[in-house]
Parts: sequence; C-alpha cells; structure tokens
Amino acid sequence: MLKLSHADYDALRAHGEETYPHECCGVLLGKNDADGNQVHKIVRAGNTRTDRAHDRYNIAPEELIRVQRQARGLGLDIVGFYHSHPDHPAQWSKTDFDEAHWVGCSYIITSVEHGKATLSNSFLLTGTGEEDKKFVDEQVQVVAGEAGSAKENV
Amino acid sequence: MKIHIPTPLRQYTKGQQTVTVGGTSITDALQDLTTNYPELRNHLYTGEGKLRSFVNIYLNDDDIRYLPEKEATKTGDDDELTIIPSIAGGN
Ligand SMILES: [Zn+2]
Repeated sequence: MLKLSHADYDALRAHGEETYPHECCGVLLGKNDADGNQVHKIVRAGNTRTDRAHDRYNIAPEELIRVQRQARGLGLDIVGFYHSHPDHPAQWSKTDFDEAHWVGCSYIITSVEHGKATLSNSFLLTGTGEEDKKFVDEQVQVVAGEAGSAKENV
Repeated sequence: MKIHIPTPLRQYTKGQQTVTVGGTSITDALQDLTTNYPELRNHLYTGEGKLRSFVNIYLNDDDIRYLPEKEATKTGDDDELTIIPSIAGGN
C-alpha cells in the first residue's frame, strides 16, 4: 500500500494539469515500512523529453542526484515517482515498464483528460532486478495531514 | 571514499545507503564495492562486464561516462560516487 497526504496527492495531480498537454514527473520521498511506501514529501522534476513531452518523460540524473541528496538531508529515501498521461489511461505502458528500474518503488500515474486530472493509480515495481521485475497494482491511501495518521481510501 | 546507494540496491548492501570504499580511482572504488557486495555486480553490469545502460554513476556532480579519463579518473577520500538508475517512461 502507498500512503500519502491529501496535500501531496492534490499537488502531484495539479502538476499534471499544469503541464498538460505534456507529461509531468516528480519524485516521492518518504519511508518504506511493513505497510509499504509512505510519502512524506513530493519533489517536482523537469521533463527532459522536450522532443515528445506529450507521451514521454525523463528526469535528468543530475536532478535525481540533487533530489537524493535532499532526501538524505531530511532522513528520507526515494520511495517512488509520479508522472502523468495526457489524454491516456492511468495505466502503465510498455515504455513505462521497460524504463522502470527502481525495484521496491511506487510509480504513480495520473490520467489528465482535456487538462483535468482524473484517475491516479499506483504500481509497485517488484522483483529482484531486470530479469524478473513486475508491476503490481498498489492500493493508494490518501490520509489527512501527514502520511500515517487518519485513513481515507481512494 | 563514499558511494551512495539508491533505494532498490540497498537490499544488496545490507540496507546501507552509503558505503565507504578504498582505492584511488573510480575503478578501484567500484571494484571494492562489488568485492564487498558481490550481489551488486549483476545489477550494475551486463554479462559482458559493461555498465548497464540505465545505471548512471556520478563522481560528485559529473557523469563518469563523460569524464575525460572515465573510470580511470583518480579519486580522493573526499570524493563521492552516486549510483542512480534512470527514471523515464511514457504512455
Ligand atoms: Zn507512463
């Protein structure tokens, strides 16, 4: 299960509306515990795929290193990523799968239809590596306040 | 020097997010890392021993693929290596 606050949930969906008709992307910082990944903070990232930003995204490694450094400073880990699918379902694509390498991390995909965020789904990348990795549907729990307190399912 | 390990690879470094290694070059450091944590090898390198295309390794703020001396670059105790798999996708 992926837990995140209402504020973060709204913010990552709003990001997809802002960048529409292009894909947005960002990083989820938090902690992994027995319940799954808990998001404490989201960080927006730039999409370097300006050649076809309507259906591709890429986060520059330089930016990822800065984000990882920031996470370390906060005592948090990178626990996942998010991106949007402009006018496309909130379901992972073959490209998403081929380019997913962070086993144990959550990949949130938000469908943005005509500029409006509709469904957001999360997929946990499981396995041990490239040979046996798999995307598994993951329940998203949006909580009031900080992730980890009151419960509200979506 | 220090090597920062990304979340998915920490299961192979006994959960450590940062590992200290010896040596005076990037090659030494990575060799030390994979000697101490042999399971990492398959996740960083292809069967032919080449760095996997989606694995980025940075010496401080520089991609080691673009350093003039690449992995032969000399390093000191204060340098940091960061391993960071790529993040990309589409629909
Ligand atoms: Zn996608």
